[in-house]
Amino acid sequence: MPDSASRPPQRVCVIGAGSIGSLLAGHLGQICELWVLTRRADHARRLEDDGLRVSGKSDLRTRIRATSDTTQLPPFELGIFAVKATDLEPAAARLAGASPEATMMTIQNGLGAEEVVARHGDWPLISAVTFMSGNRQSDVHVEYELDTATWLGPWARTGTSVETVREVAALINASGLHAEAMPDLVPAQWSKLIFNSAINGVAALTELPHIAMYGDEDSPAALGWVVRKLIDEGKAVAAAAGVELHEDPWEMNRLAVARGETHSSDYAHLPSMLEDVLARRPTEVDFIAGALVREAAQHGLEIPLTSAVHRLVKGKEASWEITRPQLQEVKL
Amino acid sequence: MKVCIVGCGAVGSLFAAHLAQVDKVEVWAYDVVHDHIEAINHGGLRVTGNADLVGRVRASTDSQAIPPCDFGIVATKSLFTRSAIEATAHLFADGAVASVQNGVGNEEVIAEHVERVIRGTTFPAGHLVEPGVVNMDTRGDTWLGPFEPKPAAMEEVTRLAEVITAGGMNTKALTDARGAQWTKLIFNAATNPIGALTGLTHGRVCELTSTRRLVSDLIAEGCAVADALGIILDSDPDELVDHAAKVAYEHRASMLQDILAQRPTEIDALNGGIVSFGADQEIPTPLNQAIVALIKGMEHSWTQPG
Repeated sequence: MPDSASRPPQRVCVIGAGSIGSLLAGHLGQICELWVLTRRADHARRLEDDGLRVSGKSDLRTRIRATSDTTQLPPFELGIFAVKATDLEPAAARLAGASPEATMMTIQNGLGAEEVVARHGDWPLISAVTFMSGNRQSDVHVEYELDTATWLGPWARTGTSVETVREVAALINASGLHAEAMPDLVPAQWSKLIFNSAINGVAALTELPHIAMYGDEDSPAALGWVVRKLIDEGKAVAAAAGVELHEDPWEMNRLAVARGETHSSDYAHLPSMLEDVLARRPTEVDFIAGALVREAAQHGLEIPLTSAVHRLVKGKEASWEITRPQLQEVKL
Repeated sequence: MKVCIVGCGAVGSLFAAHLAQVDKVEVWAYDVVHDHIEAINHGGLRVTGNADLVGRVRASTDSQAIPPCDFGIVATKSLFTRSAIEATAHLFADGAVASVQNGVGNEEVIAEHVERVIRGTTFPAGHLVEPGVVNMDTRGDTWLGPFEPKPAAMEEVTRLAEVITAGGMNTKALTDARGAQWTKLIFNAATNPIGALTGLTHGRVCELTSTRRLVSDLIAEGCAVADALGIILDSDPDELVDHAAKVAYEHRASMLQDILAQRPTEIDALNGGIVSFGADQEIPTPLNQAIVALIKGMEHSWTQPG
């Protein structure tokens, strides 16, 4: 998508059809030619045959194109990597050399996704963080749960223009999802990183959904005390890295549990890392708490509670005796 | 001599059955679990595993049915210390009461109800096989000493240690038993919750660099509190951890067993004890505090729908 052209992308490729990928594909497929690149061939076949159903906050049935074979993908103008952070490296490697004219967008949790993709192509990159959530009901059906926004910004190192980011945000908004373009995404990315590091880590270890207890710091051993301490450690790292946060992650936590409570008394959003734990899948902890630990070390900071959470989640993963070959070294 | 075991679970049963081997000792047991109490009264209390014996023990769920005793040995989970001693304190109006429970803080609760208290730490472990039968999983020493704020006489402590030893469980009387207690406390607080939070056996916790380092960080906080209290540890908890990794590789920490069975844990007496003694001494213990909160969160997760 050359910067000079002001027309919106006509052909979009979503890489990965988990909850977030399915939400993007199901909505964007309403207004442009949408391709999904899947890992499994049978998944692609079902998407081609049945289309994609979105329920919950939207009610859509979307015809899309899908393949698990990169060579079958036509050139596209916008690519969105919607795989988990743990699967990004192989996904980006598969796209190497594809659609050199495209703009690529990363939407992974944590830090470092842009660097991973940049190793496999010279595409202009858009950074994104999303606060929407969905529950994948099947290969061809996703429930749109939280209809909160996705924030986009240019990744400075590839010189992506703010104009391009605005066009992509406009496209997402036109599809029925919510997006906001920002001149610099780093503050928002870090706000979410710090929020996620605390909430997902605590959820993965306690197996508690994100409930009011996360905001309760009344007693010394209250869960909210740990959440607050973890967030304070993250804020100290951000300060050392010279990042001004977009929002205070502690306020994000308070609002999230309060919003849930007005919505329904037994509001119980399952953070994605808890979903991974319950399904005994590898978690994104290396990219979230682990990313903060690495950043802290670069600035000579110690963040003992975040380190403890990172180590405990790694220990928990090890207790499942994971045999799938996806435990490659994380290089960021 | 009359001794009443207060809380006749696995550890309490080991003490009861061994003490009953000593001629001059009359052993009573108080517990709230009916079928175990009935089986003990019916056929005696049997120990299997690392010991093979049957003890004649009089047991009751009603403390009014038990005569005044010279000694009490409290062996409940620390969660039940208060209710157990409230129910039995009248038996010890003229006696001394020892705790052989996990963690710290139990003697303080006992001392609210009893005048002469003995601090205790025990290493033998077991599990109930069926009503009336306990398996002794591991042997080990027991240490007893006067609990300073409301101490039993040293002569009493020695007398109790001698009869337990005579029954077949080696027990040492010390003027200061805090070193033994805190060594075990720090060891347990650094390993038990890591097993519980990760699901790893003790050996695996020690094998993985990430969890082993966390164990050492937790030990360091516990040692700082012990140091501020002027307690000299019996041995280096880090060395105990590595030793246990060799001899108990497959061991699932009792707290992990509690978590898997969705039973409340002893976190308050372990890491919670380090946190509260640390607060008194103005020694920060943030890691232990975080561990308490995470384990409590885990306990709360069982109440969630679905």
